[in-house]
Amino acid sequence: MASTPEAAPRQAQRQPGHDPASLAAKVAAPRNRVGAYEPLVDYVLRLGDDALILSQRLVDWVAKSPVIEEDIALANIALDLLGQARMLLTYAGSQLPEPKSEDDLAYWRQSAQFRCAHLVEIPGGDFARTMARQLVFSTYQQLLYSQLETSTDATIAAIAAKASKEVRYHVDHATKWVLRLGDGTEESHGRMQAGIDAVWPYTAELFDADAGVTPYATDRTDQALQPLITDGICPDPAMLQAPWQEAVVAVLETATLTIPQTRWHARGGRTGIHTAHLDYVLAEMQTVARAHPGAAW
Amino acid sequence: MAADRLEDRSPFGYGDRRLADDIDGTEPKSAAALGPNATPWQLAADVCDPEIPAISIADLGILRAVSVSPDGEDVTVTITPTYSGCPAMKAIENDLHRVFTQAGFRTVAVDLVLSPAWTTDWITPAGQRALHDSGITPPTGTRPVSGPIGLTLSVRCPHCGSFDTAVLSQFGSTACKALYRCSACREPFDWFKPLL
Repeated sequence: MASTPEAAPRQAQRQPGHDPASLAAKVAAPRNRVGAYEPLVDYVLRLGDDALILSQRLVDWVAKSPVIEEDIALANIALDLLGQARMLLTYAGSQLPEPKSEDDLAYWRQSAQFRCAHLVEIPGGDFARTMARQLVFSTYQQLLYSQLETSTDATIAAIAAKASKEVRYHVDHATKWVLRLGDGTEESHGRMQAGIDAVWPYTAELFDADAGVTPYATDRTDQALQPLITDGICPDPAMLQAPWQEAVVAVLETATLTIPQTRWHARGGRTGIHTAHLDYVLAEMQTVARAHPGAAW
Repeated sequence: MAADRLEDRSPFGYGDRRLADDIDGTEPKSAAALGPNATPWQLAADVCDPEIPAISIADLGILRAVSVSPDGEDVTVTITPTYSGCPAMKAIENDLHRVFTQAGFRTVAVDLVLSPAWTTDWITPAGQRALHDSGITPPTGTRPVSGPIGLTLSVRCPHCGSFDTAVLSQFGSTACKALYRCSACREPFDWFKPLL
């Protein structure tokens, strides 16, 4: 707002120390930015946090699944994701100016410092919705990791090569359940459709290029990832969307389900703006570590 | 045993601590039992997978290298995990430390490598036999089927040899196994999933 020369001193007198320009500078100071990471660390945290939070979400099902085989299956998938998260967070932590351990990153960050997508933090709902999320996420992860196997970053490539083999089983598991429930009884079909409808608005964020600095900007070009894409460290997420869409739509159509048409989509997770659900996940996940700092067993 | 440990103050006691030290129940044979001429590789290969005690880490293909320093005092063992989240790695590392310390090495370093990624092709023929003999069908070497329509693979029952078997769950008692049931003898069994 333009201020006249006469108005300026009066405003300064009324609000001493509240100069908007210096306030903005304070907020932008590195010390006060809750999550400001180097591009490589930021990217590896996205991968690691997606795996960590989804793993935590899947564990909700242990001892509550419809059948004991699913208890074991979902726990196994969660274990694979946890293993991936451990390797990724260890790597991200080693690249920080002040190196941190996987445990530091998992247990001592606030939600705004997490880089996971909203898709993995929303509650799993019923079994059908959990399977819907597993289908869309595992298919994305399979495409992503197969690209990352040729990353110019040797550690990312090694982790991706390992995880890629495991994710094939996750896709297979989710696919079979979506087919069985979608093309099943009236009840199971209705629930499967509701599950897909519920997770669909959260899928676009996976391919969103919104990265870093201005969460609500209309520009979808990922400036934070651009240097990594140029260096061949990671693929452009937007390039994965077409093959992902093709794979998921093939499953949904075979399962006699309708492809949802949504008018909105979630975004912001990659910049540290999360749903309130993440805070509850973190509260549960971090409570023991925070109650007994530095405990070892 | 230090008396001020929390668990030692338990009114219920903790029984025989010697058993508890072998946390996975797969105490490797002592270095003495293998004899003084055992090579470092033989010592490392004596360690078993705690989740499938029938098979050694060498036959499972996760033991990648054993190297000894020029003065013969320090040993470095290189292992690779089967699955990313394999919880057995820590127990294997502990066993390796113990077996080499008993054999008189000064320092024992255990390196965990990720690349090249482990595959079930690295299970040796002896390992395949050991799996079969303990009631686990070895991996058949078929790629897992991906795509919208999964195919059913024939997996041989380790008990009666029938191929008339059905998958109960792709995920079994450990990350690396699937749960099957034989339609001929009705026995459930584990199948070591191919990971290629």
